[in-house]
Amino acid sequence: MNTAPRRWRTSAHGFNAMLLIECPWCGPRAETEFSYGGEAGIVRPPDPDALSDAEWADYLFNRANPRGAHRELWNHTHGCRRWFAVERDTVTNQIQRSYTLDGTAPEPGTGSGTASKLTAESDTTSRIGSGG
Amino acid sequence: MAVAQPNRLQEGGRIDRSRPLAFSFNGKACEGFAGDTLASALIANGESLVGRSFKLRRPRGIVGSGAEEPNAIMQVGEGAAAQPNLLATQVELHDGLVAHSTKGWPTVRFDIGAINDVFGRMLGAGFYYKTFMYPRSWWKLYERLIRASAGFGRAPGEPDPDTYEHMNAHCDVLVAGGGPAGLMAALAAARSGARVILADEQHEFGGSLLDCTDSIDGKPGAEWATGVVAELRNHTDCTLLPRSTVFGYHDYNFLTIAERCSSHAGIAHADAEDAPQGHGDGGAAAGRGSGEAVAERLWRVRARQVVLAQGSFERPLVFCNNDRPGVMQASAVSTYIKRYAVLPGRRAVVFTNNDSAYRTAIDLATAGAEVAAIVDSRPGGGGELAGQARDLGIPVLEGHVMTDVAGRHRVRGASIARWSGDSWASITPSIRIDCDLVAVSGGWSPAVHLHSQAGGRLAWDDSQLGFVPAQARQAHDSAGAGNGRRSLVECLADGVRAGTEAVSKLGLKPAAVEPPVVALVGENPIEALWRVPAAKDADRCPKQFIDFQNDTSVADIRLAVREGYRNVEHVKRYTALGFGTDQGKLANINGMAVLADILGKSIPEVGTTTFRPAYTPVSFGVGAGESVGPLYDPVRKTALHEWHEAAGAPMEVVGQWHRPWYFPRDGEDLHAAVARECLAVRNSVGAMDASTLGKIDARGPDVVEFLERIYTHNVGRMKAGRCAYGIMLGEDGMLMDDGVMARVGEQHFYLTTTTGGAANVLNWLERWLQTEWPELDVYLTSLTEHYSTIAVAGPNSRRLLESLGCGIPLDKESFPFMTVRPAVLAGMHVTLFRVSFSGELAFEINIDSNRALAMWQRVMEAGQAFDIAPYGTETMHVLRAEKGFIIVGQDTDGSVTPVDLGMNWLLSKEKDFLGKRSLRRPDCLREDRKQLVGLLSSDEQTVLPEGTQLIEETGQPTPVPMCGHVTSSYRSPCLGHPIALALVAGGRKRKGETVYAALPGREPLPVQIVAPTFYDPKGRRQHV
Repeated sequence: MNTAPRRWRTSAHGFNAMLLIECPWCGPRAETEFSYGGEAGIVRPPDPDALSDAEWADYLFNRANPRGAHRELWNHTHGCRRWFAVERDTVTNQIQRSYTLDGTAPEPGTGSGTASKLTAESDTTSRIGSGG
Repeated sequence: MAVAQPNRLQEGGRIDRSRPLAFSFNGKACEGFAGDTLASALIANGESLVGRSFKLRRPRGIVGSGAEEPNAIMQVGEGAAAQPNLLATQVELHDGLVAHSTKGWPTVRFDIGAINDVFGRMLGAGFYYKTFMYPRSWWKLYERLIRASAGFGRAPGEPDPDTYEHMNAHCDVLVAGGGPAGLMAALAAARSGARVILADEQHEFGGSLLDCTDSIDGKPGAEWATGVVAELRNHTDCTLLPRSTVFGYHDYNFLTIAERCSSHAGIAHADAEDAPQGHGDGGAAAGRGSGEAVAERLWRVRARQVVLAQGSFERPLVFCNNDRPGVMQASAVSTYIKRYAVLPGRRAVVFTNNDSAYRTAIDLATAGAEVAAIVDSRPGGGGELAGQARDLGIPVLEGHVMTDVAGRHRVRGASIARWSGDSWASITPSIRIDCDLVAVSGGWSPAVHLHSQAGGRLAWDDSQLGFVPAQARQAHDSAGAGNGRRSLVECLADGVRAGTEAVSKLGLKPAAVEPPVVALVGENPIEALWRVPAAKDADRCPKQFIDFQNDTSVADIRLAVREGYRNVEHVKRYTALGFGTDQGKLANINGMAVLADILGKSIPEVGTTTFRPAYTPVSFGVGAGESVGPLYDPVRKTALHEWHEAAGAPMEVVGQWHRPWYFPRDGEDLHAAVARECLAVRNSVGAMDASTLGKIDARGPDVVEFLERIYTHNVGRMKAGRCAYGIMLGEDGMLMDDGVMARVGEQHFYLTTTTGGAANVLNWLERWLQTEWPELDVYLTSLTEHYSTIAVAGPNSRRLLESLGCGIPLDKESFPFMTVRPAVLAGMHVTLFRVSFSGELAFEINIDSNRALAMWQRVMEAGQAFDIAPYGTETMHVLRAEKGFIIVGQDTDGSVTPVDLGMNWLLSKEKDFLGKRSLRRPDCLREDRKQLVGLLSSDEQTVLPEGTQLIEETGQPTPVPMCGHVTSSYRSPCLGHPIALALVAGGRKRKGETVYAALPGREPLPVQIVAPTFYDPKGRRQHV
């Protein structure tokens, strides 16, 4: 099953399906302002040289591609240019939530996630990578 | 005109008899009135034969009066502005309209293809699959024949002269459909203070009210509707969109509406002054009015709540020859009589299984037609309306069915039999009635298309025999006939309910709206009648059509079941049931019911159907909107663009940039100009506008660490003031982008990218910073537009810059190759790079874009002493190819590693970088990977076309295995022969060997593999 949002499966300009995506900094905006970044939570291995070919290929190519809830990265390309994550149902296209990558609640309009820590929303596994 | 409009009634209707309109149909001059549709005008003129069916080429007439029409498909207009595939029932008549049937050759009346009907039994479901398979080599012939006979109308060959536009809108409540329910819903929402958009596909709001005989609040329906519309128009937050079809319901309550602004008047491109304003009601496009009128407008609406009030379609009944011209929907007959004042027949038989067709019988009799009989399959007959019909003296045959009609180009009579109640037991007709019109009603199917598109579920309603909307998936609700409400009273009340609930969900306080007072007419319930049997069995009796547009009959569905198809989706695809431009608006329920009957299942067990956009066909023009011609893509121009244009340089489009291609002098062609420009750079000096290169400012405490991870070389070893050629890879190890990067300070870098890759590289860097390495303190800023770049290249470039007055020494020791210096040049602050993309001594002047033109002009003036040549992209390509410098995206294609390109020297062994691990994958270590090499044509003449495939030897049987391809190829002016870069399997070890270039139309040409550096292989000239 193809988990890419339906827009990339049909390309009729102007008629496309259009998600309404909640940017944590800017609020709800039309899908055309964003670009898609694939599955969230793929961590770059800290020491790629230590990996076998199969393990490296797994990081490089293999994705969960679930039917149902899918955590994925989006970039507000034509807005604040920040990356964030959403949880989208690949069957219904419904977005359950969207959140910053470090689990903080951004100050609206500031483009920075330095305001109060939202422990409830904090999702450590959603952080992409360990910094290596 | 003595017999003009023979079927026009003397009075009534919503047409304007003072405004006669001339039009032509299949070349014949006809006349109608303002307010007519093309269909009503054709009926008025007695044109009952409007087309031929898709496969069997049977003569067909108008069946319906709206979006459900399966037959009357027209080509409207001529030349470039012609529109194919329009429904005559939806085309507003205008003066001078030219319409043609889209099927029938040489004429609709005498169609050679009608021979198909004679052999119709052989042309059953799956005929194409079974017949046109063998022999395989004939498939091309078959395809040509099938394509010639397919389709509805022809797309014009010339560009569309009309103007289209897109409009984005938001609203609280979008109401789709302006009939009784839609009007009430819009009224309830608007009175509550909601922002409302009300869209209806017709030019007048009111829907069924426009031809209803009921009185509402003591007024005729149409007059009452006019009052509601007047009130809505007074609500400033209510946008009324007539002639606007809501055709798509997408995710997150995003809906698309196609509005016909002036295309309906046929004048969009001709006479803008007189063009009516499409939605003067809404006012959203106020300010337009000069220039070209918009033909059609696409509304892209995000609605908080949606009320779907699109009404319902009357189903046909399935009996022998039920497709003959003159067999019509009963409701359409009523609409033609009351709304358009045309009488579709003089002597009618009405055939029904429910009460609504009695209204048609009464309308026919009132309008002066003779109703020979009402044939009602129900033994108990109809309710109140049946009594009224009897009072008018109309004979009613209860418990009877129509088995067949006579006539080919027009109905001549109907055969009637007593109804046994068994759809598959043969019956023999006992009564024959002469008639020229058969008005049929098989019940009503709610128009659930948008509800279904939105992901809503459907439920089967046994009391009405139809699918009605069940759970919604998005924020929408259905109302009125589209929600399974039958009577006008219920529809009005349901509209109030839906509008009120919508505003409540929005948190608004609903205003009180009283449903208007209408008399309720007592009805008897509908009875199932899915197929009328005939004297012969279903496979041998005359065709009983289910889908008129696709010629799908009962026999076809039986055949599909016999051949093993059970699932409704499979049967639909095998028989093409519901696959026409009408999406089976009339056919789907009857088809599923017949299938269910054959399979011995209930209709809901067989399944429902999935509706997809578009609800009715939409023009390509409205889809493209303004994005055509010069507006198709944004145009990016450099600060020097006007200078290039004044110099007569043709432009090359690179990404969205317009770059000068070459600078012709005295009538030079491309080759002469490029030869001169190349030699100028090699022998003296040339200048190029390199401003389109991407430029990124990178700084911060962690910038070195960050760039070490991105670039393949040792960034940390670069001293401030040094430049380096840098490449970056994707994690798959493939070359992604390249460019010169300079360390301008300890924590400050200036990165350049390829012209086309600038945005992607910035996104790529930002992505890693934000998602993977947020702990790195680095700031990236795009400077692509802020700075312009002037490349000055050639042995005299240093002298030229010195003659401009340069604040820093430019000699080899003070300012060596691959360094960067801030400087004042010709009195202006610049950043000077000593880098070279031509292999010559060269400098790149980076300067604030506002001063770029002044600097360029100074360079050109001072350059006259050296006979400077401005040069364009073509010369740049030749010069770099002579040096074997690659262009990412031309010499690479996303499957090329730096090792393939011979760039091992750029790959640091001391650190990790993105993509490094992939270079050890087995596939990247293959010896026979395609590698970058140079090629020399053996004849020293042929410039190999880029993309030419390379083969090992000649004379091999096809398909010939290919060993590589040409990526760059030019004639080298300074070498005097052609040169090419190519990717060849295992090529680096094959220098000196000969392979063959496969050239179209001639013998393969031997080419020699050489090193990819043709000129100054030691690279001495750039170091002087």
